[in-house]
Amino acid sequence: MDLRIVAAGDAGWLIELPERIDAAVNSRAIEIAKAIECAELPITDIVVGYRSVMVYIDPLADQAANIERRLHDIATNTSSDVSNTGPLVKVPVCYDGPYGPDLADVAAFGKCDVAEVIDRHLAQEYRVFVVGFVPGFAYMASVDPKIAAPRRSTPRLRVPAGSVAVAAGQTGIYPVETPGGWRLIGRCPVKPYDPNRAQPFLFHPGDRVRFHRISESEYQNATQWGDA
Amino acid sequence: MTALTVVKPGMLTTVQDLGRRGYQGLGVPVSGPMDAYSHRLANQLLGNDPSAAALEITLLGPELVADGDVTCALTGADISVTIDGKPAPINEPFTVRAGAHLRWGSRVGGTRQTLAVRGGFDVPATLGSRATHVVSRMGPFGGRGLRAGDVLPVGAAVGGRAIAGNPLELPQGGARLRVMPGVHRDRFTEDAWGLLVHARFTISPQSNRMGYRLDGPVLTHTRTADILSEATPEGVIQVPASGQPILLLAERATTGGYATIANIITADLPIAGQLAPGDWIEFDIVSRDDALAALRRREAALRGVAR
Repeated sequence: MDLRIVAAGDAGWLIELPERIDAAVNSRAIEIAKAIECAELPITDIVVGYRSVMVYIDPLADQAANIERRLHDIATNTSSDVSNTGPLVKVPVCYDGPYGPDLADVAAFGKCDVAEVIDRHLAQEYRVFVVGFVPGFAYMASVDPKIAAPRRSTPRLRVPAGSVAVAAGQTGIYPVETPGGWRLIGRCPVKPYDPNRAQPFLFHPGDRVRFHRISESEYQNATQWGDA
Repeated sequence: MTALTVVKPGMLTTVQDLGRRGYQGLGVPVSGPMDAYSHRLANQLLGNDPSAAALEITLLGPELVADGDVTCALTGADISVTIDGKPAPINEPFTVRAGAHLRWGSRVGGTRQTLAVRGGFDVPATLGSRATHVVSRMGPFGGRGLRAGDVLPVGAAVGGRAIAGNPLELPQGGARLRVMPGVHRDRFTEDAWGLLVHARFTISPQSNRMGYRLDGPVLTHTRTADILSEATPEGVIQVPASGQPILLLAERATTGGYATIANIITADLPIAGQLAPGDWIEFDIVSRDDALAALRRREAALRGVAR
């Protein structure tokens, strides 16, 4: 698997793998990130992307001078064969009532009805490729091409926390109310990030995710968002 | 415990330490001060840990009242402050007596001022940090800017030695910022590179702690502006399909989906943090060696070593 290391300013190095949404590429990125975490290097943070690993460093630390070489050695010595596939996370979603305001738009994109959009969203097992943007937001792929509608041309100023959304072949759950351009098709009662939970983060890169459907009343009973 | 109470919050006053690191891989933004140099200077003037929690004050300052004697330091933007009507010094420690009011007045230069107290503000930490991140509502006071009535407890002094240092030279109406070519340097046209180093950009009114939108010439891509989401370092200049660059700063999201043309060098991030909407920016490309030499000079200035 081709690999290259590029400077991201004076305090970061980006390890780039082939440019595609591919579980094998992402798995290699996770493997490289794990190996770098174990190395004795002046690292301040590591971020796995779809096909990349960003390594943030203290640029004035003694070992920073030859870090490009060290990162290259570590990255090339990791195995491509390891499958970094995490546990299966089961996620309830309510697609009814007010919770899927863009279901009709996605149905129009797919030239199908709303029920088929929901069925196709439920049918797939997804992989968490990246956790980023805001705390706990998981970029999951790949969504069935028939419902892989693009982002809205004008993003919403306020997307409610818990919104389940699709955009350009990805799906995700908004962990806080933020602006956002993805298409909203449902609502999840479980917080992707909850500092008061033993495991605050619901998703990690490499996890597998399956959605299961709940009714509006089940949502109301289960919601952790205080919107019942 | 001694505390400062917020009488008026000002335009945007937040509690910050040097940022929340170690969780960017789970989407947790770093946040922290826009001018980390002045944050560290304020803390070292008081013998605090460099990352002790302080206030970041933006353009129009707050009014605070002390309920006990508090030793303070002001650094960064030159905004006049009075203690019960008498001018407070900047870049040196001073004491506020119990019952005294700190009031912020007119701005002379810079955009963001640090108010540190000896002992730091003893507010609860989240994931190891007291930094406020407004977008994700993480940090003290529910991750929001301060409001009237908020109480800021002052922590116990750690007994460190107070060290003087050189204040940051504040930009006047704009700044030349040094950059290194970014990770997607080959996704931009020759024309875009020419414009990046020769044109003048202006910070748009749609700018905040997350980033500055830059008005100016359009920077064209050789192919799509969209990339597979990857990490966004502080000071990275991303260019969406519109061709209008965005300089990502302290409160940026951890990842982004647009090609990036260049990165501001670490030494110049505090200067960027002192700019305001309407200010101009020009860019100079430098090598890694130049960037590191500039950072060493910046660190020496913080320790008060003559440049």
